[in-house]
Amino acid sequence: MARRVGICAVAQTTYQRDKWHERFQGMALEVLEPLLAQTGLDFSEDKGIGMSISVSDDIFDARTISDNGMTDVLGAHMRCEEKIAQEGIQALYYGLAAIQGGHVDTALVLGHCKESQGQSRNMVTHMAFDPFYTRPVGLDFTAAAGLQAQAYADRSDVGDTHLADIVARAGRMAQLNPATPEAPVLTREEVLASPMLADPIRAHHAYPVSDGAVGMILAAEETALAICDHPVWITGVGNCMDSFFLGDRDLASNFALKQAAARAYQRAGIDQPRDRFDVVEVSDQFAYQQPMWMEGLGLVDEGCGGAWIAGGGPDAMNVNRSGGMLAGNPLILGGLVRAAEVALQLMGLAGERQVADARRGLAHGVMGPAGQFHSVAILERD
Amino acid sequence: MQSDFDTSDCYTIEGKLALPYTYFAGRVGSRFITTLRDQHKIMGVRCAACDTVFVPPRQTCERCLGDLTDSWCEVGSRGRVVNFTVVRYPDRHLPRPVPFVLAMILLEGADTPIVHLLEGIPPEQVAVDMAVEAVFAETTTNTIRDIDHFKPCDA
Amino acid sequence: MKKNRNVGIIGVGQSVYSSHREEVNQPEMINEAVVEALESAGVTIDDVECIVHGNMELFEMIHQPDLWHVLGTGAYGKETLRVTTGGTTGATLVAAADHLVASGLHDVVLAIGFEKLQEGHTTGGITNMADPLWGRQLQTGALTGMTAAQMIDEFGEERAKKVAMKYRIQMDQHAMKNNKAHRRLGLSPDQAEELAENSPQLVGELRMIHMCSQSDGACAMVFASEEKAKALCDQPAWIKDHITAHREEMFCIFGDAPVLSTHRYAARKLFGRCGITNPREEIDLFEMYDPSSWWGSDWLREFLLLEGDAHLKMIENDEIAIDGAFPVNPSGGVIASNPIGATAMVRVAEAALQVMGRAGDHQVPKTVNQALASGFGGTMWTVLFLLTREVPS
Repeated sequence: MARRVGICAVAQTTYQRDKWHERFQGMALEVLEPLLAQTGLDFSEDKGIGMSISVSDDIFDARTISDNGMTDVLGAHMRCEEKIAQEGIQALYYGLAAIQGGHVDTALVLGHCKESQGQSRNMVTHMAFDPFYTRPVGLDFTAAAGLQAQAYADRSDVGDTHLADIVARAGRMAQLNPATPEAPVLTREEVLASPMLADPIRAHHAYPVSDGAVGMILAAEETALAICDHPVWITGVGNCMDSFFLGDRDLASNFALKQAAARAYQRAGIDQPRDRFDVVEVSDQFAYQQPMWMEGLGLVDEGCGGAWIAGGGPDAMNVNRSGGMLAGNPLILGGLVRAAEVALQLMGLAGERQVADARRGLAHGVMGPAGQFHSVAILERD
Repeated sequence: MQSDFDTSDCYTIEGKLALPYTYFAGRVGSRFITTLRDQHKIMGVRCAACDTVFVPPRQTCERCLGDLTDSWCEVGSRGRVVNFTVVRYPDRHLPRPVPFVLAMILLEGADTPIVHLLEGIPPEQVAVDMAVEAVFAETTTNTIRDIDHFKPCDA
Repeated sequence: MKKNRNVGIIGVGQSVYSSHREEVNQPEMINEAVVEALESAGVTIDDVECIVHGNMELFEMIHQPDLWHVLGTGAYGKETLRVTTGGTTGATLVAAADHLVASGLHDVVLAIGFEKLQEGHTTGGITNMADPLWGRQLQTGALTGMTAAQMIDEFGEERAKKVAMKYRIQMDQHAMKNNKAHRRLGLSPDQAEELAENSPQLVGELRMIHMCSQSDGACAMVFASEEKAKALCDQPAWIKDHITAHREEMFCIFGDAPVLSTHRYAARKLFGRCGITNPREEIDLFEMYDPSSWWGSDWLREFLLLEGDAHLKMIENDEIAIDGAFPVNPSGGVIASNPIGATAMVRVAEAALQVMGRAGDHQVPKTVNQALASGFGGTMWTVLFLLTREVPS
């Protein structure tokens, strides 16, 4: 049995529409310094942090080898740094593997993105499509989400009012989260009145463009207990890749998420996930995804997303107390921020949004058109 | 956001990524494109092991890794709408002025729908199950856009 | 640090490396390597639990390309991980696969590195790695003449140029034995003088003939836990240890102070951890990421912790030849084939094939008990792998 791995420190910047006054290195430093201060770790040769795992994206950063500009910030001069070029929560998956494998005892995880630098986020995600069959018709992640929302909403009776309520709640939740100072408070009526982007997705249903950075320190059990009073253990991880072409998939089926969740539950030794989590953070890039991913995680009955929203499910199950993706995180960091939020909750450091006595939580990340790839992490405290 | 920064010495660097790219369609993709262009026929591939006719065609079955290079089958240029969205945000990568309809269209004889433009009907009148047919492009682009768009037709 | 469990390399697959692969698209080219790797490991895609994928997005301008590449990778329904670190990507993919298996998360992992450089603009892509304010106007892609100038300065023009060309011709002679290699020019030693004179100059004495190719290609490797590896493979190549050392972006940040090379640093640390005191004696073979014959010649000194002109002598005395005392790049190396996202993986894969005794026509004529493989990228980043024939204790 491999050793336990704990999250020992969490730090993040605020997430804002345009941090024009900071380079991405500056945002990362803002995260790195509190992480080192919280744990007392440094980058010294043999006793320092074992490896740095960054998360960034060459196209969003408009730089080949986007981590190349981060070496000094990540303490990687003559040290190991490796970049996750995938959904950010995969940095936890990778850090867990590197520590459980025995290669290092500690890992710094640090993701950053300035979505504001690009002219259009949709133009970036358009580049994820193949050049022959899907780019020429203009697909991007927003249009793909429109197709998925259409397929899902019918199946689960999720209507425009439900979606408006999800967005309005996210805004309210975000008011208690100091990391999302720009999240607007919207009424149901305001959301319902916002223009359509890609039917049935309205402008207010889509996560805002934002800049920000987030990081954590991971450590093997012995080290974790030495440097942290309240480590949060990564007890289960799981992810799954679905088909590329939208038409090859049943867009409402949650195929990949179900597999990802099942793997995470199995590794965490959870038979029945229902009622087992005190906090849940899902990457709701678009409002319809909050109930859809909850169904895929097996935490809400299949086909009952609409009823779950109407019945106050998100509050009852402490879903996205942070405000979620709808309150604003860069695309590639969504899942990593979700994990950071769950860890803060389990550490008892979630401030005004703290859920009392939270012991076990689930964090979820998603990448690709209409949820092609999902990754789930289960976090627990002793 | 903090708004009281002294901006007098703050510079930004204007950049643009404008590198040339040339993508190769592969033999399967090339045959799909030339058949579409020259014969106005839409081709799929059938994976016998998975008992599925895939459109667009691909050389390898994603599910079983079977070789589908010579497993061609022609599918219809008519089909029905199984799902759609209306794209309403203007952007430079989009093929049409907004609003326009992107529909998932299941062609006759195919098991997997393709995503394409649906025109000739106001967006609010588009419905699932609607019968549609391909309108072939007058000028070739050597892409899937040699089908210019789909339009409604009699069932 | 104690490894949780041992990891063996049990299969290697490579597409043909070429400047032009017009007949395949990206997933199709990747699939060639995947199919060969699975066959080589004697497993099917159903046995694989996780797929690790990497390349550099700006070379082909595909965002998160593992999403599209599912059509060729076999990742449908499986766990995946995407890691990229520039030129070192391929070696980082091997490190990732090692961790994923060693941790116990997976018993069998497939890692894939690829690049289809013909589809993009490689030098333009690389130039975009430089900081837009401080470096982008100065960067000349990956072409640098500094090492040539330094070697000429240290050893004199005649000897330095002769060594670099001898190294180049040696690599071509190796590539001639590797039917997957991209550039197989059939050079002979008597062409050395003519090439040194007439090959077009790129930067200073770095000439076209010295420089690595731009290739299309994919490499895939299958990794298994000790138990599975022993069951599936007569002679796996075991991953003894690996180390990664990056260095900061701006070369001049420390002024004129001499900076320890990441190669020497990584080698010293790795050898120290693995109890290697005399690398030239104890290591049987080296697959080096040699982007040019100047770098290849110069870096030999760093990786083997040599001093003075010992590395030049190794080249002059044919020690690095396939049948020499210390064979370097019997595959032909990076100068012969360079699909960038795969290149560093190919180094580990070729070293593994030599350990397994499955390198075919370019198998070295001796038992390879211990092999070294290096990856290079970024601003002098190093990844160094040590593979063994015996199960590491």
